[in-house]
Amino acid sequence: MSKRVLVPLAVIVVLALVPKLAIDIPVLFKSSLDSPGTLQLLALMLTFAGLAFTYDLLFGYTGLLSFGHALYFAVGVYVAGIAMTRWHWSFWPSVVFTAAVGIVLALLLGAVSLRVGGIAFAMVTLAFAQAGSVLAFKNPYRWTGGEDGFGVDYTKVPSGLVGILNTKNLYWLALAYAVGVFLVGRWAINSSPGRVWQAIRENELRVEVLGVRPFQFKLMAFVLASFLATVGGIVYLVLLSGASPGVTTPNFTLTLLVMVVIGGAGSTWGALVGGVVYTYLDHRLDDVAGSHAVASLPSVLRTPLQEPLFLLGLIFILVVYFAPGGLARLGRIRRRPAALEEAL
Amino acid sequence: MSTIVLLVITGFGLGAMYFLIASGLSLIYGLMGVLNFAHGAFLTVGAYGTWYTETKLGGIPVAPRFVLAALVGLAVGTLVAALVELVLIRPLYGRHIEQVLVTVGLALCVTALASAIWTSDAQFVSLPRWTSETTGVVGASIPNDRWLEIGVAALVLLALEAFLRRTRYGLIVRAGVENRSMVTALGIDVRRAFTLVFAIGGLAAALAGVLAALYFGTVDPQRGTSLLIFAFIVVVIGGLGSIGGTAIAAVVVALVQQFANYYASSGIGDLSVVLLLAIVLLIRPSGLTPAAAT
Amino acid sequence: MALLEVRDLHVRLGGSHVLQGVSFDVPEGAVTALLGRNGVGKTTTLRALLGLVPSEGLVTFDGEEIAGEPTHRIVRRGIGYVPEDREVFSMLTVSENLELARRNGNGRFAYVYELFPELQERGAQRAGTLSGGQQQMLAIARALLNENRILLVDEPTKGLAPMLVTEVAHALERVCEESTVLLVEQNLAVVRRVAEHAVVLDTGRVVHAGPARELLDNRARVHSLLGVA
Repeated sequence: MSKRVLVPLAVIVVLALVPKLAIDIPVLFKSSLDSPGTLQLLALMLTFAGLAFTYDLLFGYTGLLSFGHALYFAVGVYVAGIAMTRWHWSFWPSVVFTAAVGIVLALLLGAVSLRVGGIAFAMVTLAFAQAGSVLAFKNPYRWTGGEDGFGVDYTKVPSGLVGILNTKNLYWLALAYAVGVFLVGRWAINSSPGRVWQAIRENELRVEVLGVRPFQFKLMAFVLASFLATVGGIVYLVLLSGASPGVTTPNFTLTLLVMVVIGGAGSTWGALVGGVVYTYLDHRLDDVAGSHAVASLPSVLRTPLQEPLFLLGLIFILVVYFAPGGLARLGRIRRRPAALEEAL
Repeated sequence: MSTIVLLVITGFGLGAMYFLIASGLSLIYGLMGVLNFAHGAFLTVGAYGTWYTETKLGGIPVAPRFVLAALVGLAVGTLVAALVELVLIRPLYGRHIEQVLVTVGLALCVTALASAIWTSDAQFVSLPRWTSETTGVVGASIPNDRWLEIGVAALVLLALEAFLRRTRYGLIVRAGVENRSMVTALGIDVRRAFTLVFAIGGLAAALAGVLAALYFGTVDPQRGTSLLIFAFIVVVIGGLGSIGGTAIAAVVVALVQQFANYYASSGIGDLSVVLLLAIVLLIRPSGLTPAAAT
Repeated sequence: MALLEVRDLHVRLGGSHVLQGVSFDVPEGAVTALLGRNGVGKTTTLRALLGLVPSEGLVTFDGEEIAGEPTHRIVRRGIGYVPEDREVFSMLTVSENLELARRNGNGRFAYVYELFPELQERGAQRAGTLSGGQQQMLAIARALLNENRILLVDEPTKGLAPMLVTEVAHALERVCEESTVLLVEQNLAVVRRVAEHAVVLDTGRVVHAGPARELLDNRARVHSLLGVA
């Protein structure tokens, strides 16, 4: 087997074995690798790795800057949650229904949004996501739980995925999601529609001149990415046993953007790395911020450092300036900082 | 009848704020091709600058205190905007996606910073008493701050038009919105126009922040972001780069929002605005006015 | 030493290597025609000289290297530009278009209005409502407003009705008598009237350079290089 297949395969095998490893990694993790706490964090990291990858399909590969990707993730979280908890459906019908809703919504909204390009497209996707967010907060029929969200009815969730002792199953579910998204995504990218996506990103006009209608291909990419995000939402719902409106906000899509850019947009595994790193930092920075070391800093330094979003925004700016290709392309030395467009 | 009058005038008041934010966004995007996510941050800087100065100025009656504080807020907002352009945006000249990303990062930083320093709770602003009194119009009681917002926005609209039509930099901006490279081919250094436009945008956004403090009676870190989303919608509907179109769109969006929120229920207004956006895009992808070449 | 010297100019655009080492001279006080088939890189050459597209190579203007300078600075050395497709600002009035082009001091409005009296009449008219021919006049007038060392003119008669071609050609003749010009033009009759030198491009390289008259008199050469009878 070639190295290109062996290395990822080895990584997947190692990752799959993690819940069996009673290893302590001090500083990085608070408890040993096979403990529920750490496994939960790792599962979260993997879920976001997959989700970031779905965003990269849109942004990094097809060149569509959407500010509303969170909407489809939120659909996965909320629709599945509502179906099980408010309508008392059982698990698999809920999942199928949610997937269907995700696809239909992506088709409809994508068809409208893609009528415009560039910045207007970004704005429209933002607006649609904002509408979804408003709905979630409004709590129609008391389904969404408004600001507080709601806990999922655990009797509807397969028993293997419920309870602290089953955290390792949740971990494997998240791993399966990340791997699945990656495989489906790579397959799509290397297919002939996928090559059209990348051609569209480079030069949409040229694609049109060649007689290919970009709209259908963009819509295809949009629906695929959104559908995979919806699946991620279902995984997230099960992982956290509940839904909360934070996942509907434009800020959430922005964090996906941050993940992708930090990891390296349009590169093979950049988005995955970005998702993993960001989620890890997001959780651990909370600890760092509250730590003794930071608390003893003068207040001018301490105050901003205690706000994780500030640090992340700062890191983001630095990455855009000094490493626009993201972590995945750090190895490349350029005479002048490359433009993101070139790096893509 | 009086309800309708109240809704209309309040709508204009809200539209005034949208216009102030959107006009800067529209010019910046039209001329520079930069989608400025940090625009909400300029609003936040203006709002908090005003509030903070006010808390530090004791011993003066409220009205002059507010005006003075507002002037400080405006100055700080304009300065910050100019600095952002010079330090963060200009070095990335020509790299549009990175410029957008940098403004995103900046927006996150500023909102987080405001939350960190002053908590994410809304802070109350001391307002001149006149603004919370009402004036009767056709049987409706209109809070006076609405007049101020509408008046200020109208002045800004006139000032912007005058700037664009009667000054050399205004000429450069109008030409640059249409064809930036040809402007440089005439020997003009557009980058100065960029900084100027950013500063003007920052001033208008900071002004919106001050007016928002008037309208809501408070300042809070999230407001910049939430108003920004509506401003973006206004810009798309009104046509990028067009001040007149932005003004019309701002009023339309605000009125739709007000009426829907009142007659349906809170939140429906926001949804209606999104629906409006979708409809406009389906019929006329370039927005309300024939925009200059994108 | 020529006023403008181009050495080994390379331009890559969107994945294709459009200019592959273009070298030529533009002597002062004369008109040099830049010729070639469609799509061969003539407009790209002009835009590269102005810094409007990124390029590699050596370009000296009046002895000083200008490659890599920002466009506005290159232009301020005394270069007037009449782009293909005119690129007048349609939302601005005629006089605003001219006013914008004014660089230092007063601008030669009298000279320009004498050449193109219609522009003075239509001063308050939106440039977008002008006819093609009038827009062309405006584009040329814009480049003439300042005293430039050289004019870069790109296909000034393109898309114009024959009568307008003559009018523009007349104006061009007057201009060419007084200035150094690098002229891209497909209309060989116009070239014959005004140009002293000719440089021919093909697939991104210079394939011929020499006196214009000599080239144009040689039917066979013209046909093989430019694909026209």
